[in-house]
Amino acid sequence: MRFLQLYNYEIAIFLAMVGLYIVVSRGNLVKKIAGLSMFQTSVFILYISMGVVQGGTVPILIEGTQRYSNPLPHVLILTAIVVGVATTAVALSLVIRINESYGTVEEDEIHQQDESF
Amino acid sequence: MLHHTVLRVIAKLLVPVILLFAFYVQFHGDFSPGGGFQAGVIFATGIILYALVFGLDDTMRAVPPGVLKILSPTGVLIYAGVGMETMLLGGNYLDYDFLAHEPTHGQHLGIFLVELGVGVTVASTMLLLYYAFAGREQGQ
Amino acid sequence: MMEVLANDLPALQVVVPLICAPLCLVLARWPRLVWLLCLATSWTSLAIAITLLDQVLAGGPISYVMGGWAAPWGIEYRIDAVNAYVILIVTGIASVVMPYANQSVAREIRADRVPLFYALLMLCLTGLLGMTITGDAFNVFVFLEISSLSMYGLISMGRDRRALTSAFQYLVMGTIGGTFILIGIGFLYVVTGTLNMADLAVLLPEVTQLRTLHTAFAFLVVGIGLKLAMFPLHLWLPNAYAYAPSTATAFIAATATKVAVYALLRFVFTVIGPVIAYEDLPFGEIAMTLAVLGLLTGSFVAIFQQNVKRVLAYSSVAQIGYILLGISLATMMGLKAGMLHLFNHALMKGALFMAVGCFFYRTKSVRLDDLRGIGRKMPWTFGAFVIAGLSLIGVPLTVGFVSKWYLVQATLENGYWPLAVLVLGGSLLAVIYIWRVVEIAWFGNPSVRAVDATEAPLGLLIPTWALVLANLYFGTHTELTVGVADLAARTLLGGLQ
Repeated sequence: MRFLQLYNYEIAIFLAMVGLYIVVSRGNLVKKIAGLSMFQTSVFILYISMGVVQGGTVPILIEGTQRYSNPLPHVLILTAIVVGVATTAVALSLVIRINESYGTVEEDEIHQQDESF
Repeated sequence: MLHHTVLRVIAKLLVPVILLFAFYVQFHGDFSPGGGFQAGVIFATGIILYALVFGLDDTMRAVPPGVLKILSPTGVLIYAGVGMETMLLGGNYLDYDFLAHEPTHGQHLGIFLVELGVGVTVASTMLLLYYAFAGREQGQ
Repeated sequence: MMEVLANDLPALQVVVPLICAPLCLVLARWPRLVWLLCLATSWTSLAIAITLLDQVLAGGPISYVMGGWAAPWGIEYRIDAVNAYVILIVTGIASVVMPYANQSVAREIRADRVPLFYALLMLCLTGLLGMTITGDAFNVFVFLEISSLSMYGLISMGRDRRALTSAFQYLVMGTIGGTFILIGIGFLYVVTGTLNMADLAVLLPEVTQLRTLHTAFAFLVVGIGLKLAMFPLHLWLPNAYAYAPSTATAFIAATATKVAVYALLRFVFTVIGPVIAYEDLPFGEIAMTLAVLGLLTGSFVAIFQQNVKRVLAYSSVAQIGYILLGISLATMMGLKAGMLHLFNHALMKGALFMAVGCFFYRTKSVRLDDLRGIGRKMPWTFGAFVIAGLSLIGVPLTVGFVSKWYLVQATLENGYWPLAVLVLGGSLLAVIYIWRVVEIAWFGNPSVRAVDATEAPLGLLIPTWALVLANLYFGTHTELTVGVADLAARTLLGGLQ
């Protein structure tokens, strides 16, 4: 029963593992970025689900409510989301320039071109 | 895209609304979900929609990249500048209490200014990113 | 104005380079002005760092709260002997690399991108300084990502197209490392409810959910291990150092991994505590094994490289193995040796990479084939390389000897004499790979590129020799470095002796 109650952790772990698997197994650089993004998103879900207070409402001041969910994880994740966006932007710019230099975004083809360098 | 009449008309109607919504999100960050980053992204999205429908050249004439390259660091300087101002007025870094005659007003003003800095930087950076990515096909 | 700001030095340490970075972009039309601004900023940061170290040595740890919100609810900057020491290293290296950057960057980077390069360099400096100075766990993650993102940008500006793939590889691995650190910090927050490091240190011994705590520790160690190039997570380092521009390599090689080692020390000794790390969990044994493996493989692989920057990069992996070995012993002497090697390695590698940058300036290549016979054409640069190489090997009178001496003492103190033998074995391997470069550079027939080479310009030579002379100075006058390392080790071990 407890196993079913911890579903937020299970979802986060599942997403993290799928993301990491994509990074490791796929040779296309854009797919690696997608996997990385998924991995980061799973951490966001983990943090925010840990901040939920039972019976609490959204962490914005409303007249008449006393119980709010913990706002601190929300703030931390906002920062982490911005970091994730910046990382994805840098990664995509690198992929564009790699595509222009090598003519491909497949990792094995890039390695082949470098070895014959 | 020029011969898609429906797209053009709707985009012309929607882009100002999106920009206005971005300003709303920017300044209501104290009372509802919002703040600098979200507002900056929504603002950039409005302009990108315009660029998608009407073409990159027109957009670059409306919002030149040179201006964006100056605006982008300016936002960071506004944020850091607010912090320096509070230090010069005697408090710690980013201690907004010192910005006005009363601590509550100081907090309001401080948060307003830093969120403005964040919004300016995020919007201009997102647009610069779009210009860099989209402008590449044309050999720039 | 100075009196008002005198109490705000901890904040200014981070804010001064932070303000310089966007100013570099605003003033982008005048690259010479941008360089002068960055030079002034890095020298100002060094002055602030020296002042802070003085204050800490005289009066004990300094605490500074951001925004006036008291700890543990607000973000606190906390400076003690460990921090102040690492900040001195980072700002010192930045101050020496900045004068060097003027001509090196002008030669290697496209003219319209030069202001962008300086902005990224200043952002990297901000991130590294912020990571060191902060006393809040999540702030470590934020500044870590700032420094990492700017490093990806710096590395990708290299001329070789492999700089792009190296930067991408580093990005993927670095982001995974950063996310692991984020997970670790999240778990620490869940079991205690606070993010302030001093507060965590107080609350963690009483935590009952031990499995969460141990998992958090594991994630933090792996994440930080990726950033500090602990074996086997070092695979990004050789490519990243080899293909980046010379200035970027010199700066990053001397600072980035050191700050990651500091973060490891902070989390292991101050936040989580040596009791949990070394007694409940086998961190000491694991760190020792990985350190030895890194030491041996790094030194061994360095012997077979064709690119002199890759030789030095693999050598860095080995040197980080030395630092980790000292840390894994968890004794006063071990920590002192580890921290000493932190400082000394920054000096050694900084000087070596700057010398290689001088070679690149004249020959446009860092391949050993192209550097054949360069020593006779560029004697001063070659001399700098040789002295820094001797320091790497650990010859007496140089800084490398001091840290190796303390490390061997630390291993013998615990009775681990096989480790002492391995440390000396690493030095022998260093002799082999340094001698290989020296032999090709001095005794080889000048290659096509080396024939026309002349001595490097003074603008590059003077900073390089400044670091080389620092190697010799701190190798003979050891009171400052050993004294501060001693105090730092004492602070880290706290109750334990």
